[in-house]
Amino acid sequence: MRYEAPQSVDTAVALLAEAAGSAHVLAGGTDLLVRLRSGHIEPELVVDIKRIEGMRAIVEEDGGWRIGAGVPSAELGEHAGVRGAWPGVVEAAGLIGSTQIQGRATLAGNLCNASPAADSVPAMVAAGATARIAGPGGTRDVAVEDIPTGPGRTSLRPGEFVASIYLPAPAPRSGDAYLRFIPRTEMDIAVVGCGVALTLDEGGTCIAARVSLGAVAAKVLLVGKAAAALVGTAVDDTALAALSAACSEACSPIDDKRGTVAFRTHVAGVLAERAARIALSRAKG
Amino acid sequence: MSQIHVTTKINGDETEFLCEPEDTLLDVLRDRLGLTGAKEGCGTGDCGACSVTVDDRLVCSCLMLGAEAEGREIATIEGMADGEVLHPLQRKFIEHAALQCGICTPGILVAAKSLLENNPDPSEEEARYWLAGNLCRCTGYDKIIRAVMDAAAEMRGEIANDPDDSLRRAS
Ligand SMILES: Cc1cc2nc3c(=O)[nH]c(=O)nc-3n(C[C@H](O)[C@H](O)[C@H](O)COP(=O)(O)OP(=O)(O)OC[C@H]3O[C@@H](n4cnc5c(N)ncnc54)[C@H](O)[C@@H]3O)c2cc1C
Ligand code: FES
Ligand code: FES
Repeated sequence: MRYEAPQSVDTAVALLAEAAGSAHVLAGGTDLLVRLRSGHIEPELVVDIKRIEGMRAIVEEDGGWRIGAGVPSAELGEHAGVRGAWPGVVEAAGLIGSTQIQGRATLAGNLCNASPAADSVPAMVAAGATARIAGPGGTRDVAVEDIPTGPGRTSLRPGEFVASIYLPAPAPRSGDAYLRFIPRTEMDIAVVGCGVALTLDEGGTCIAARVSLGAVAAKVLLVGKAAAALVGTAVDDTALAALSAACSEACSPIDDKRGTVAFRTHVAGVLAERAARIALSRAKG
Repeated sequence: MSQIHVTTKINGDETEFLCEPEDTLLDVLRDRLGLTGAKEGCGTGDCGACSVTVDDRLVCSCLMLGAEAEGREIATIEGMADGEVLHPLQRKFIEHAALQCGICTPGILVAAKSLLENNPDPSEEEARYWLAGNLCRCTGYDKIIRAVMDAAAEMRGEIANDPDDSLRRAS
């Protein structure tokens, strides 16, 4: 195995493109090192992207926040600007593993690891986040929900990596939230995760919403029908019941020791309703 | 395979080492530098026995490559006491009998020190969440939390700081 820590995006792209196949990007390493040490992967090349300029930065851009692919979730949690704009995303990133794991784990790593249960991903999807991808052809921006294609698989092409995640400027009177179900209070993998973001007009009617589910399908889901259940309503009990039903209906989970199909399907609806209530109270300020 | 030359600072001392690309920071500390305070409990980020700080951030040294340490500042349990003078956390761990086999202790001390640097007045709940990534199979955690809360109070100057007295009371 070769270890490289390039200082520019171009060098990183060149390294990844040349070693296509068994080259792996290293961000926080909290997934990669586990797989490396267990022998699940035998990379020829590991490209540590954290020394590339800008990778450790959180920068304001058009009222939103651009988060470098090397920023650990602990740093996100300490950033008042991001916390104020997207508390649900910050809370989701704050659920990843322990204090130690959060000292290293990145949003981009959580996304590119492509676990269906990744905690920050439904929250980012609800927030309408985009990933800026650097590659041999330059950079392109892609909606976060279009990056994972299945467990452990992404739509990234050879030589490409995620350079940053962009969280857009939240609209006035909007709020977001993320909730997950785990059997304990810490250090566990989501059985179901749900992110909700919504915006109200001045009269309190919901004018925009995004609802996303994790761990209930092969990849993160953006549930349009659940969002539609909220838009045009005051996010009252009837609307929340419709949201909940739409979320349960969208699930196609696996049955495993962490939760049965019936359990995950039910919990998805319950969490969606609870997350929507939190997002609503945040939107109302 | 060619080894990587790394220059770093460990517990305030300029340190150089050679490592294999796949060596973790924990491998380097224990096997190349003889700093065996950090333990390998699991090697998968679950137990926290390998906790160190890198540029003041608490991490698992088992999930970081040695090569990544280039130019960083690492702090391990070996740097916690000031010569023969124990850190208040170390003293309180003895006083409260917050360890039995001791395997988890270096990691928990490093993690607790990092907690108190970030939050000198944590609630018990905050302390328990902060330390949730540090497993202990012996103590049942309660004595650990008592020791951390007591050390925090002492460090805030809320109770008398008399190491000899606290050691006498512990024995
Ligand atoms: C003890 C423990 C507990 C955990 N708990 C949780 C949890 O509760 N919730 C949760 O969601 N996850 C959890 N995880 C998984 C992991 O911590 C997260 O997925 C984390 O966000 C991964 O980020 P990273 O920066 O460490 O990624 P890395 O390990 O560096 O990379 C992960 C994968 O993504 C690729 N990659 C990384 N960055 C990029 C990039 N910028 N562009 C392209 N590819 C990239 C890597 O090549 C690798 O395949 C846990 C892990 C451990 C060890
Ligand atoms: S040895 Fe690193 S967390 Fe267990
Ligand atoms: S004292 Fe034995 S594991 Fe904690």
